[in-house]
Amino acid sequence: MEPKPRLLSILDSVTVLLLLAATAAVFFYAPTEAVMGQVQRVFYFHVAAGWVGMLGFLVAAIAGIVYLRTGRRNWDIVGLSAVEIGMVFAFINIVTGSIWARPIWNTWWTWDPRLTTATIMELIYAAYLMLRAGIEDPNRRARFGAVYAIVGFISVPLTFFSARLFRTIHPVVIGSNQPGAEGSFDMSPRMLQAFMFSLFTFSFVFADLLWHRVRLGRLSDKVEQLKLKTMA
Amino acid sequence: MEESAMDVSRQATFETRSAWRAYLRSIWAVVWKDLAAELRSRELLSAMLVFALLVILIFNFALELDAETRATVTSGVLWVTFAFAGTLGLNRSMAMEKDRGCLDGLLLAPVDRSAIYFGKAIGNLVFMFVVEIIVLPVYSILYNVNLFNPGLILVIVLGSLGYVAVGTLLSSMAVQTRTRDVLLPILLFPVVIPVFIAAVKASGFFLAGREMVDIWPYLNLMIVYDVIFTAVAFMTFDYVVEE
Repeated sequence: MEPKPRLLSILDSVTVLLLLAATAAVFFYAPTEAVMGQVQRVFYFHVAAGWVGMLGFLVAAIAGIVYLRTGRRNWDIVGLSAVEIGMVFAFINIVTGSIWARPIWNTWWTWDPRLTTATIMELIYAAYLMLRAGIEDPNRRARFGAVYAIVGFISVPLTFFSARLFRTIHPVVIGSNQPGAEGSFDMSPRMLQAFMFSLFTFSFVFADLLWHRVRLGRLSDKVEQLKLKTMA
Repeated sequence: MEESAMDVSRQATFETRSAWRAYLRSIWAVVWKDLAAELRSRELLSAMLVFALLVILIFNFALELDAETRATVTSGVLWVTFAFAGTLGLNRSMAMEKDRGCLDGLLLAPVDRSAIYFGKAIGNLVFMFVVEIIVLPVYSILYNVNLFNPGLILVIVLGSLGYVAVGTLLSSMAVQTRTRDVLLPILLFPVVIPVFIAAVKASGFFLAGREMVDIWPYLNLMIVYDVIFTAVAFMTFDYVVEE
């Protein structure tokens, strides 16, 4: 049993502190939005969770490419871990978005391009996990997982563009809005600071969780090997 | 001196050209094998066709395809039919290779692996086209809609290309898993959604006689998708069939 690395323990504490600070910033530092009121505070963690989701899927695609090039097991574990974390945060992103949309758009759900893309993205990575579950040979599982992570990730922007050719109502807070977007607002400096801090914090959360999950994957590999050794 | 340099370059072009010819020949061999097997058994095409017609029949009852509804849903019904019949064909075409160890034989052949991919993909594309060529007039007659529209044909060609490019890659993964047939649509549909959206919209616009300005974005999207995913499949197929 290898001991928990010192650096990981430090990262744990830093992440927890950052998360507490970010929560405080969202509730007490950022001003209340004039039109939407308190529900707008969802925005900070909503976007941050979406960011971590995308980051997870990007890392999985990159890990897939590196795995196919080098064939090292570690990269397969990284890919799987990143997909799992990405799925959880993409789901948080969808749920918080729904909570916001109910009072602002007057509906839990609409087939806006961003919402459509988010849903299909979850389905792609659910398929990724099912694909892996159906294969026993670890090498083949890693190879197929890598290929599908790459194919899936490339299709995400195309899904977004194809859905965006219809008109969208989702607000774009950073960059220019399309006409017809509902529930948009301009960020005040304090809002922007709270928002940037949330993104920063969630990146730490991602790194911390990824490290833990990769470590878990490697330990379970080791257990598997020990089992085989004792049986032989 | 100059002459020999020219000789070398000529030799090189000759070699690349003959390598190309050998590559195309091996693709053609795989396609021909699939077509010949299909001509003798007619297993795959008949299943795809009957299934496609059944899907249209079910839509008839599910949607009450009266004259008004038809104008708006025809392109959607057609593409759902093609997508479902397509998965049936893709699954079968790869399962045939896997079942009697044909795939191992194919992999032992001294050709580039990507030639096997392109061969299988072209074979699947031919089967898709045959089904579409039969379904279109049948749909036209049954529902009294004129589907003979060159724009629609173009959309069908572009859409099927993208569908088959990804489908061939993913079906060769799906047949090597425990869950096999169940897995292919689950893997394929979320990835192929962009083509599906673009194809449904573009076909609908062509049938409604909309202007090309509205249709181009969708055609462009399908072309981009086709190019990207053919390239990705070409690069990753090696890893999928590796033992």
